[in-house]
Amino acid sequence: MTRLTHRPRRTAGAAALALAAALTLVACSSDDGDDGATGDGTGDGGTIRIGIKFDQPGLGFKDGDEYTGFDVDVARYVADKLGYSEDQIEFVESPSAQRETMLQNGQVDMIFATYSITDERKKVISFAGPYFVAGQDLLVAADDTSITGPEDLDGKNLCSVTGSTSAQRIKDDYAAGTQLLEQPGYSECVTALTAGTVDAVTTDDIILAGLAAIPANEGKVKVVGNPFSEENYGVGLPKDSDKCQAVTDAINAMLEDGSWQKALDDNVSASGYEPNADLNPPTPAACG
Amino acid sequence: MDDFTSLFSEFDVLGAFWTNIQLTFFAAIVSLVVGTVLAVMRISPVPSLRWAGSTYVTLIRNTPLTVIIVFCVLGLWGQLGITLSSDFQRNFFWLSVLGLAVYHAAFVCEALRSGVNTVPVGQAEAARAIGLDFASSARLVILPQAFRGAVAPLGNVLIALTKNSTVAAAGSVAETSGLLRTMIENRPDLILAIFFIFAFGFVLIVVPIGLATTSLSRRLAVAR
Amino acid sequence: MSGSVLFDAPGPRARRRMVWVNVAATVVVVGIAVYALVLLNRKGQLDSDLWAPLFTVSAWEDYFLPGLRQTLVAAGLSIVTAGVFGFVFGLGRLSASRTVRMVAGGVVEFFRALPVLIMMVFFYMAIPRLDLVSPQDLPLVSVVLGLTLYNGSVFAELVRSGVHNLPKGQREAALAIGLRRPQSLRLVEVPQAVIAMLPAIASQLVVILKDTALGAIITYPELLAAARRFGSGNGNILQALVVAAVVFIVINWLLTRLAEALAGRVGRRTAGKARAEAPSLVVTAGVDDQRP
Repeated sequence: MTRLTHRPRRTAGAAALALAAALTLVACSSDDGDDGATGDGTGDGGTIRIGIKFDQPGLGFKDGDEYTGFDVDVARYVADKLGYSEDQIEFVESPSAQRETMLQNGQVDMIFATYSITDERKKVISFAGPYFVAGQDLLVAADDTSITGPEDLDGKNLCSVTGSTSAQRIKDDYAAGTQLLEQPGYSECVTALTAGTVDAVTTDDIILAGLAAIPANEGKVKVVGNPFSEENYGVGLPKDSDKCQAVTDAINAMLEDGSWQKALDDNVSASGYEPNADLNPPTPAACG
Repeated sequence: MDDFTSLFSEFDVLGAFWTNIQLTFFAAIVSLVVGTVLAVMRISPVPSLRWAGSTYVTLIRNTPLTVIIVFCVLGLWGQLGITLSSDFQRNFFWLSVLGLAVYHAAFVCEALRSGVNTVPVGQAEAARAIGLDFASSARLVILPQAFRGAVAPLGNVLIALTKNSTVAAAGSVAETSGLLRTMIENRPDLILAIFFIFAFGFVLIVVPIGLATTSLSRRLAVAR
Repeated sequence: MSGSVLFDAPGPRARRRMVWVNVAATVVVVGIAVYALVLLNRKGQLDSDLWAPLFTVSAWEDYFLPGLRQTLVAAGLSIVTAGVFGFVFGLGRLSASRTVRMVAGGVVEFFRALPVLIMMVFFYMAIPRLDLVSPQDLPLVSVVLGLTLYNGSVFAELVRSGVHNLPKGQREAALAIGLRRPQSLRLVEVPQAVIAMLPAIASQLVVILKDTALGAIITYPELLAAARRFGSGNGNILQALVVAAVVFIVINWLLTRLAEALAGRVGRRTAGKARAEAPSLVVTAGVDDQRP
């Protein structure tokens, strides 16, 4: 009888132990990470955590252990001016839906991720810049001459990513008869475009240019080059950050010494894309 | 509070949930039928049918749903040109229903096998003893008891399906998870309220399903 | 194998008929597959420059293998914690105390109702305010918590319904030899319930492994996200997803076999009639029949 009453207790104890072990495992691995977001002030010894996209070729892309793209080059330049060397930068993935949260929670010190400056976002975070002015545009098949702007999309199939406002804008303002396919990512859209089942893909022109510059897409697609909106890409900073002025100065320096143009040429110009010359290079706004 | 109500006037939250309910409804019917057929195949006398059934389950159950939906849209429609409706948007709806049904049929099949597991062998032996062949003993003796024993796991599948219908966003259907993303994109300042709305909406839909299947499984359980 | 009690071993005529039907079915299936491949080829989706990059060392070293590792880490942790959660709350739902039953029932129904994705994102946003977890571990912790609460609730429900479907005699016998009710549950009923519910439990293990893919939205670098990223950079996303799907199928198949093997051992240990009785209807037609 004694044995019978004891055994189950041991089982319950074992279960509790397993739970405790699992929790400790999680807790332990969190101890060694105290060097997190410590990049305030100068860059002596500390690291800076920069949020970028990991999956947008030409803008922010993680290729193995390498980071490439226009946003990444701008981020490196700015970090350098703030006193952080290459190996003091830690790049962190910042998907669109998490950007504000990551800044508010201090998971990143700044974000360079095709981040448009809007009033809604300014309520919860701060921006420096813009460092680039993108515009909504269309990506079409390389041999397509029938589409030169959003007005030509009536009755055509258009692809965009789920939850983005760009496709809705076309339906509302330009061509109500547009048929809309929404996909999880732009690469899926490009696949549908090269297969001929959609006629155009829409989002900011520089993102489209990045996609068109991939070797596999070369000669198959082109950016129309008729931007019809104004997206001011800024550097996302925590609300009322003291770094805004330093970042703005760094962007100005980059625009002046030719590095900005070089970063564009290196990353997104392969398909013949040219940014909207009326608005670029931009003038960063004063910090508030 | 004004901000909160403005979310409802600005975005069609109820319409999005209604789309999820429709997706769930149609996919549930199709997957229940296909899943039952698969379950019968897996206990049938024909080796090739058993093989086909278990291969289907192994392949489909082990593939991520997102991939299946993307293949339905970008593969079946995008590459092979298959359409299920002449209306552009409706086509994606039905392709997503197809993907959801194909995927959950594998789970219905496994839930039913769990149900069959709860039927004692004596039942099958008795069915055979009174001269029923496979089809009749499956239809009249095994499956009715199996369904009753499988109500709880089937309920789990239905709940999973309800929530998985949000994956149809990957198939270009305007439903809640797509709207969630749109709302966060537009109103990042209200992100907590937005999450609350969607969590509450799902609790409202799914908890009754859970309670109903739980009480059904109790009521229908074969007393042994 | 003709061990099923559901039917006689087919005779010569039935076997001949089966051969013809099998041949016809094979021809139809192969025909459809070939036709689809022809169409895909016409669209250029079978081009070698879309597939070749997937079979390079860098594709696996830089994308698929690191992604797979992350998937396995999150799934492994979640399976353990969800198992504990399901066991505890499953017992809670079967408790003699009405209060315990109500609380356990409430918890299970609530977490079963919430979409995993929303839970993950919520934890991702909420945990940093508590300052318990370093930013590097935040995605993993959020993924594991979300998967644990949802799948643990599903396990709890399976345990409960499995016990309800057991023959009454099992509990009566347990009580008759002097076990108390909780002991009867833990030692006699739940182990048998788990075995009877094995196909559903195995399904749920597979679901845990695949649902790690939802972590992509909170930057957990798992397999599907890695495949998607590779496809974005190389312009072959459909092909990359095919490869990811194959990896998922293989891993999940191994996981299912592992679960079945483990359950077999548990079944031998509890021995008794329950094992011989309950699973046999299916085992002949299912698990043992996966020979090609």
